[in-house]
Amino acid sequence: MPHTLTISQLTDKLAQGELTSREATQACLDRIAAVDGQLNAFLSHDLEDALAQADAADAARAAGEIKALLGVPIAMKDVIAVNGHPLNCASKILGDFNSPYDATVTQKLREAGAVIFGRVNMDEFAMGSSTENSAFGPARNPWDTGRIPGGSSGGSAVAVVADECIASIGSDTGGSIRQPAALCGCVGLKPTYGRVSRYGLVAFASSLDQIGPLTKDVRDAAIMLGVIAGEDKRDSTNVPEPVPDYTAALTGDIKGLKIGLPKEYQIDGLDPEVKAATDAAVAELEKQGAEVKEISLPHTEYAIATYYIIATAEASANLARFEGVRYGARVDGASPEAMNRATRGAGFGEEVKRRIILGTYVLSSGYYDAYYLRAQKARTLIRQDFLNAFEQVDLIASPTTPTPAFKIGEKSGDPLQMYLSDIFTISCNLAGLCGISVPCGFSKEGLPLGLQLLGKPFGEPDLLRAAHAYEQATDWHTKRPQLV
Amino acid sequence: MREDLQHAVKLARIELTPEEEARLGSQLGDILKYIDKLNELDVKDVEPTAHAVPLTNVLREDQPGKSLSHEAAMRNAPQTANGLFIVPKIVE
Amino acid sequence: MEYEAVIGLETHVQLRTRTKMWCGCVNEYGAEANTNVCPVCLGLPGVLPVPNAEALRKTVLTGMLLNCNVPSYAKWDRKNYFYPDNPKNYQLTQLDFPSTIEGFVEFEFGDGTERVRINRAHLEEDVGKSTHFADHSGVDFNRAGVPLLEIVTEPDLTGADMAYEYLNALKAILEYGDVSDCDMEKGQVRCDVNISVRPIGQTELGEKIEIKNMNSFSGVRRAATYEIERQIGVLREGGTLIQETRRWDDAVGVTESMRTKEDAHDYRYFPDPDLMPHTPSEEWLAEIRASVMELPLARKQRLIADYHLPASDAEVFVGDAALGDYFEVAAKGAKNPKAVANWVMNNLQAKLTETGGSVADLNFEASAIGELVGLVEGGQISSKIAQDVFVEMFESGKSPTTIVEEKGLSQVSDSGELEAFCNEAIEANPGPAEDFRNGKEAALNFLKGQVMKASRGKANPQMAGELLKKILGS
Repeated sequence: MPHTLTISQLTDKLAQGELTSREATQACLDRIAAVDGQLNAFLSHDLEDALAQADAADAARAAGEIKALLGVPIAMKDVIAVNGHPLNCASKILGDFNSPYDATVTQKLREAGAVIFGRVNMDEFAMGSSTENSAFGPARNPWDTGRIPGGSSGGSAVAVVADECIASIGSDTGGSIRQPAALCGCVGLKPTYGRVSRYGLVAFASSLDQIGPLTKDVRDAAIMLGVIAGEDKRDSTNVPEPVPDYTAALTGDIKGLKIGLPKEYQIDGLDPEVKAATDAAVAELEKQGAEVKEISLPHTEYAIATYYIIATAEASANLARFEGVRYGARVDGASPEAMNRATRGAGFGEEVKRRIILGTYVLSSGYYDAYYLRAQKARTLIRQDFLNAFEQVDLIASPTTPTPAFKIGEKSGDPLQMYLSDIFTISCNLAGLCGISVPCGFSKEGLPLGLQLLGKPFGEPDLLRAAHAYEQATDWHTKRPQLV
Repeated sequence: MREDLQHAVKLARIELTPEEEARLGSQLGDILKYIDKLNELDVKDVEPTAHAVPLTNVLREDQPGKSLSHEAAMRNAPQTANGLFIVPKIVE
Repeated sequence: MEYEAVIGLETHVQLRTRTKMWCGCVNEYGAEANTNVCPVCLGLPGVLPVPNAEALRKTVLTGMLLNCNVPSYAKWDRKNYFYPDNPKNYQLTQLDFPSTIEGFVEFEFGDGTERVRINRAHLEEDVGKSTHFADHSGVDFNRAGVPLLEIVTEPDLTGADMAYEYLNALKAILEYGDVSDCDMEKGQVRCDVNISVRPIGQTELGEKIEIKNMNSFSGVRRAATYEIERQIGVLREGGTLIQETRRWDDAVGVTESMRTKEDAHDYRYFPDPDLMPHTPSEEWLAEIRASVMELPLARKQRLIADYHLPASDAEVFVGDAALGDYFEVAAKGAKNPKAVANWVMNNLQAKLTETGGSVADLNFEASAIGELVGLVEGGQISSKIAQDVFVEMFESGKSPTTIVEEKGLSQVSDSGELEAFCNEAIEANPGPAEDFRNGKEAALNFLKGQVMKASRGKANPQMAGELLKKILGS
């Protein structure tokens, strides 16, 4: 079944001539037709365009071309510019916006020969942890379609786990790749800030956003990272650090690797099954030779407040451009101001409105020092916690989420409750680290559980090495939900 | 909705229905109370983190690059005339 | 009670760069609407800015020309406000750590020189251009993202005329530095004026009122003149002034209050997270410092002192820097630099206008002019012959000495030869000769003309005149 393959399995078969890209792509398209009605992972996909790309990849391969992702179907979170494709960020406000340019990551995927198809569902403008904030209905967890898949890259995780694509590109601002990966049972990697160009990623929080892959296994994540990482002169925050061969890091040997367990992460709301699964995963790492010790991240309790001030402040400015002048679904008004108000009132969903108002508030005259400036200082303290920890350990391990996937609608009436569930993922973005979630078990109800590993800035090789070593000792990552 | 939040709504140019206003007002009130937590911190001698990476002097050469064709530039515009983006009349 | 005005000026200047501030769209005026645009300057979703190195260089150069300090750290901030011509609805600017600070401009005013302190010259981006129709407006984003230098004075200006002269001086400096073309009609320079008045002797400043919408420097002068009077008038009648922004209406000649927007402007500044700070290196600064050239006022004063030129000549050479440079080469070592100046300003300039060329196009060295003047001063040729030599120089590029030799144009100053010509002329024209003997001075000129004709212009006219007088007198 071509659509169930991983990137490395598919590229092998393509190279051997056992499969064509057209067959693989067609298999994904058929799968979408069969299951997406109940999952709502895809907001749109262009069959003809996808098959045309697949055919082109087959022709290129026949002509002798060798590229890392040649002919591999990859789905894109609806937040990344693909030239000639719609771009909505799962919002009504963008209307029928069609992107006239490619994001850098899109270009890199093209250069690697990928079949770039489909826009997958997300929380509107990447604001959310459940994909319930999509203007086009939530995506559904393939293990239990009455539950959330996580967010904001919910559609990406669903599409990967349901074998609707071979891999997906998502974005992570406070956990938006790692958390849905954990709740759906796939791998989700957030690279170090500055590792991957943000040019063409619709900005939510400029100092926190990063693009990253959601994949079926760690090797695939390493392959994807190798393709999308690297220098880009169109992004001033991009760090011109050389890109190593990330697959070469997957040696399987983690002897001597030091792993820290933050004592502040033993919170009250931690589900006992999640705790048990994470403990077992850490035990496995120890069995393979890693040294495990307790560390302290003393400012953990301030991370969520810090995040929701900085991220919303930046977002309030980043989303000011959506007002109906140059693009989007305009609602008319007697003056430009009236037009802006009406367009934004009608076009933005409630979570987006909430965050824009909050962000505007914390920057406004009289409040800047008390909120924004203070949060920037708290961020320094949080960052310092991690720098101190990484003097003693190479990686930090924790559950990715405090609980398995909750039911759709369960938390959507209480935004603050939703924010608090980001506790384990959020600091990684504030501190500029890299992080990964790998499947580490299932709850009694059959819901996936995720193990999170955090690494130093540009420490992806160690991160992938440990994640891979753990993964290969288990078979969580091979499990798939029963769908059709 | 309390006045200071109303002011933010106005600055953000978002029209709210009365029930949205009520709901958001209450939720934002809770959220603001929560983030007041940061006041517990002593940040007197702490430098703010304004940038995620410690880069400086990232510049580009003054060389022309690709512009969009006029058609591509206007393609998504809600209203155009004479090659311009049309908006309701701006009164100074 | 007598009042005085306190004026500060904010000038926005478009920098002369090939491309815009954050993207590679060309920075050029007059293109068809919305043709010099790209995802970045249109503020499309997902785009990012990357600063133009040349814009930063020109900013720091300007700072140096304005005697500013260049701090070791500068950063970018977002100034948040909604407006249709503002593609991101925030403007990227420099708030608390600008590229240059604390300088001054000196210029001639009245009988002496004035100094106006510069608070800062910082870099930001321009916005699009709106056109207004009957019931809608249209926006062209060609101008959006053009690098804009904001130059802010301290409130050191004391009147409308002084403000006018300051602006002219600033323009001259910016043109000198090749920083901007300063064409106000093309919107390359825009000016806002802040005016307050107070009773003379009071140290406290009055309410500061901002005036916008002036399209020329003389418009600024007219607006300032009107506003100062208006403010004084209000206070004299016992009224009060409030801090506000007013719009100058040049056609009617008044300022009017702009509709007050209640939220006025809470710009919610915060450091831009997409742009990294700028920490200019010593090498970079040294390179720019090396390109700082002499300022107009200083040059004028030097031309007067070193070459003994009248102020009007000096002004010509300051106004046309290329011509001025040319003059200084031509006048090197000259005994009579004024004569050289005349040749450059009159003959050379006329020829260049005629041919539509510039000093760069000339096919002879600047020193040739000096040489030519030397030949006249030294008596080798007459000034009339010099004109012909000059034309020849212009066409062939040969040196004046060469031309004089080749064409045998040396002035005849040999008294023997001259005497022969004089006698010839007198013999051929007995009438005029007689007229002169009878006291008609003018007849001498006729005879002199005949001598020049006979000698094919080569006779030394002065000597000829003297000789004729001598011969006729005897």
